[in-house]
Amino acid sequence: MTTGKTTRMSTIMTMLDDFLVRAGLAAVGLSLATGPLGAFVVWRRMAYFGDATAHAAVLGVALALATDLPIGLGTLTVALAMAATVAGLAARGWAMDTTLGVLAHSALAFGLVAISFFPGVRTSLSSYLFGDILAVSSSDLALIWLGALAVVALLVWRWQALLTATLSEDLAHAAGLNPDRERLVLVLALALVVAVALKVVGALLIAAMLIIPAAAARGLARTPEGMALGAVALGAAAGLGGLGLSLWQDTPTGPSIIVVAAVLFALSALRGRV
Amino acid sequence: MTLIAADRITVELDGREVLENVTLNLAPGEIVTILGPNGSGKSTLLRALLGILPLAGGRIDRTSGLRIGYVPQRLAIDRTMPITVRRFLSLPVRATDQAAAAALERVGMAGQGSVQMTTLSGGQLQRVLLARALLGQPQVLMLDEPTQGLDQQGEAAFYRLIETVRTETGAAILMVSHDLHVVMAASDRVICLNGHICCEGTPRVVSTAPEYRALFGLGTQGALALYRHEHDHDHSHDDRQDHPHVHDHDHA
Repeated sequence: MTTGKTTRMSTIMTMLDDFLVRAGLAAVGLSLATGPLGAFVVWRRMAYFGDATAHAAVLGVALALATDLPIGLGTLTVALAMAATVAGLAARGWAMDTTLGVLAHSALAFGLVAISFFPGVRTSLSSYLFGDILAVSSSDLALIWLGALAVVALLVWRWQALLTATLSEDLAHAAGLNPDRERLVLVLALALVVAVALKVVGALLIAAMLIIPAAAARGLARTPEGMALGAVALGAAAGLGGLGLSLWQDTPTGPSIIVVAAVLFALSALRGRV
Repeated sequence: MTLIAADRITVELDGREVLENVTLNLAPGEIVTILGPNGSGKSTLLRALLGILPLAGGRIDRTSGLRIGYVPQRLAIDRTMPITVRRFLSLPVRATDQAAAAALERVGMAGQGSVQMTTLSGGQLQRVLLARALLGQPQVLMLDEPTQGLDQQGEAAFYRLIETVRTETGAAILMVSHDLHVVMAASDRVICLNGHICCEGTPRVVSTAPEYRALFGLGTQGALALYRHEHDHDHSHDDRQDHPHVHDHDHA
């Protein structure tokens, strides 16, 4: 028994040694979180909000480099700060379209300028912008899965309340829920996803990973849960498909994942038309 | 016994006083309708009673553990969200299939559980919202302009339904409306609101009150009167310029 278990464990460890297996697992792990969260981003029209938070990750990388913090912690901190800022401004009635445009692009520009002060990093800049899933280490993988499972746990725990508040803040209030708190849950989940997704698809394409699979799942689903699960499945398919495309045609992996997601969206949209 | 007692409540929105000194009591089994022109603070009053809006003055007492069912004025479901009627009935409290089916049957929507919410007509949506509110076995049912977008027949049918609900469940019903005739017939008590309570009483009493006739331009001296007030009526707060309603002091 013991030796059998050990053998199986060592087989798994050997598998994890394979960078392709790690990349595949990273893509699937990420889609667990982006599926349900992406559904809320679509329902609540938070696409720009996701963009602003994701772009802030670049600034987070600079912060981590400057302070010798782990990259994940730096991006999580800055993404959280950005998400909280945007949510706070929205609550104060700022014009969101303009505000988000200013914040999203400023965060990106400031981040890029800040990173340029670290000469060694310049060459690897594109991995922060477009992801570097083929370089995911075992510890990266552990972080991705832990982060993704944390997001899933958070969303499952608040699911009923989140859905009610998304449908109507008044209905949520009348049921004794606090829509502001539910919004905070989404902000927290978004910051976590940004930190988790940076390595996989990169800062520029995180929002795409949230929106495209969820939008593709819309036409195939009859319930909110169906759409969230569909987004997980399509996100995972896009992740694995993009990985394959990248190997086959030697294309950058992050963008390849989004290309496959976009094709899946187009197919779903066509099916909806017929 | 009083389920909800609002004592001289004042509500401000964006620094503007929308409700002033409104006192209202709700007893089990009564149907109370709040009438008033657009912008008179009707929805604001409901939202204050629900605890959604903070009070700038006064207080609201509710019986402890009071169950309130709320039917909002409108529910704009984003087309990006797929959701069936059955699923909607389970938000935020999960309803059993049996309870959901019974609630749909009571509102005349039996067997419609698998329909998508976004495809419902205005009247059907109101019925589903009512079914959802009833699932919580409310002691108070609050409806904000529930017949908006319904034709006269649909309106009459909806009020009959409300009356059945009152009879069957004994719930108190507080409705907001800006249409007069059907609603008057369906209510035990009518409250005329225009930032403050202008008059209240049984439909018969209210319909002959000069304040009511003035508010709705039913006066014998011309329908153009926006708001003609009687000078024995308390309008002390109306001197402020930002008050929403317009006074026509020309009684000609």
